[in-house]
Amino acid sequence: MQNSAEQIRSLVFDALRAALERPVELSDDTNITEGLGLDSVAVMDFVMEIEDALDISIPLDRIAEVKTVGDLVAAAQDLKGGH
Amino acid sequence: MALFDKYAPLMGQFESLESTGYNPFNVSFDRVLSPTEGMIAGRRILLLGTNNYLGLTYDPDVIDAAVAATRNLGAGTTGSRVANGSYGGHRQLERHLADFYGRRHCMVFSTGYQANLGILSALAGKDDHLILDADSHASIYDGSRLGHAQVTRFRHNDPDDLDNRLRRLADTPGDKVIVVEGIYSMLGDTAPLREFVEVKRKWGAYLVVDEAHSLGVLGRTGRGLAEAAGVEDEVDFIVGTFSKSLGGIGGFCVSDMDGFDILRVASRPYMFTASLPPAVVAAVTEALNQLRHRPALRQQLMDNARRFHAGLGDLGFQVGPEASPVVSAIMPDPKTAFAFWTRLLEAGLYTNVSLPPATPKGLALLRSSVSAAHSRSQIDHALSLFADTGRELGLIPAEPAIPTWVKHPTANLAGTEPQDALAIGFRNQLLARLAAPSKAMAKYYSAFRRQSPGRARIVGDK
Ligand SMILES: Cc1ncc(COP(=O)(O)O)c(C=O)c1O
Repeated sequence: MQNSAEQIRSLVFDALRAALERPVELSDDTNITEGLGLDSVAVMDFVMEIEDALDISIPLDRIAEVKTVGDLVAAAQDLKGGH
Repeated sequence: MALFDKYAPLMGQFESLESTGYNPFNVSFDRVLSPTEGMIAGRRILLLGTNNYLGLTYDPDVIDAAVAATRNLGAGTTGSRVANGSYGGHRQLERHLADFYGRRHCMVFSTGYQANLGILSALAGKDDHLILDADSHASIYDGSRLGHAQVTRFRHNDPDDLDNRLRRLADTPGDKVIVVEGIYSMLGDTAPLREFVEVKRKWGAYLVVDEAHSLGVLGRTGRGLAEAAGVEDEVDFIVGTFSKSLGGIGGFCVSDMDGFDILRVASRPYMFTASLPPAVVAAVTEALNQLRHRPALRQQLMDNARRFHAGLGDLGFQVGPEASPVVSAIMPDPKTAFAFWTRLLEAGLYTNVSLPPATPKGLALLRSSVSAAHSRSQIDHALSLFADTGRELGLIPAEPAIPTWVKHPTANLAGTEPQDALAIGFRNQLLARLAAPSKAMAKYYSAFRRQSPGRARIVGDK
């Protein structure tokens, strides 16, 4: 099953809001570590929610490259819809 | 932009700790007197923050072996075993470890950290996959990065999540190598190894277990969790360290896999670093001998562990799910952890502060570790200092008003999955706290909910 970028984006937004437990403005340009103050492990933990929802595994080197919400959406979409 | 500008936030935190005069990350001992006592700033301190599980650092035979080796063989080897040659002691220690584990092969490394670097980077090549428990030690993460394999992580101690990860990789070529630990160094919990072994077999993966904190602690003969769980045949590689129960420094890997020795010329953290000095090799060889022939040490260690773990739980502290030599009290936030640690030190007790990202789920921990060398009265003294401090900081009830059914969080858990046991243990302790709420406790609870939403849901809260 393919997921559209839109579906993946809303998944990411939901997972981030749940991880932060506070209302935040999010866009593709939101910087996940610097902007939202998540440390490296917190980022990997929240990415697990997205991996579960999409039934994918995002390798750690790909996660390390992610800076913004948009990067994460792109990486997830790539792994989900790539083949 | 100056070179160190990127560390500005870290520097700010470090300096603010330094300015208090009590920085848990910059402690120095004037002297160490024994496995359980040292001097800090001219005062005698009870040590409850080492990894000296069997208390062997001052064993007279261990010390004699180190002294004799230094006299006979010199202070250092000045080179790597590959480029500059092994000493007889290196080979002998490897034979003793292989014999202890009943395996054919052993490689000794210069630290436990390097053992993980050297093994993980060499086992999994470019097209292979490393699958790590999410709560793995930094050396496991770093070892994964040193190699060229694809790395993914699964939820801590969760065989179903591991199964999912391997299923997703089923059609991807390359070997799959799973990495878990025996006892986890932050909360003292153990891996559900039997379940992991089933998953491993199902998908034809390999399994590495890091027994850093479980060597000399678990298992009938002290070989660790794999022995305790009865699955040694299914563990392809055991990694461990000499720096904890063996009281020295160095690391190792044992295996029965054919061709294992090729790693000696493929593993960079083995090849490109100096070998252990004769004193360390001799001391560790003797400490291993003691570990094997003095099972009473293990008994004493676990008695102390149970006493301290149950004692903290009874006082109302939120502790890990099982009694192990690592006993951590979960703090509401880093600030409280620092305050708690400082008060304990002022009262003459040394413990550790552990903070995210080194800790799971963003937890702030006041970490203790017990030793076989602690006397019962030392353990009880430590408990009374925890009680005083916990009450001063409003973290535990003024008097022990906890109903018996929540006293022992792991009681009544027969047949429960370890990860559920963790959750149930936490739940019980939260219930205890909710039964006697205070402002600090409410904060405690909300911190817990923030850090561990999945688990907090168990108490029926949203
Ligand atoms: C699980 C684990 N593996 C490896 C290490 C590294 O061992 P060492 O400190 O002996 O280098 C440690 C401890 O530091 C550890 O906790």
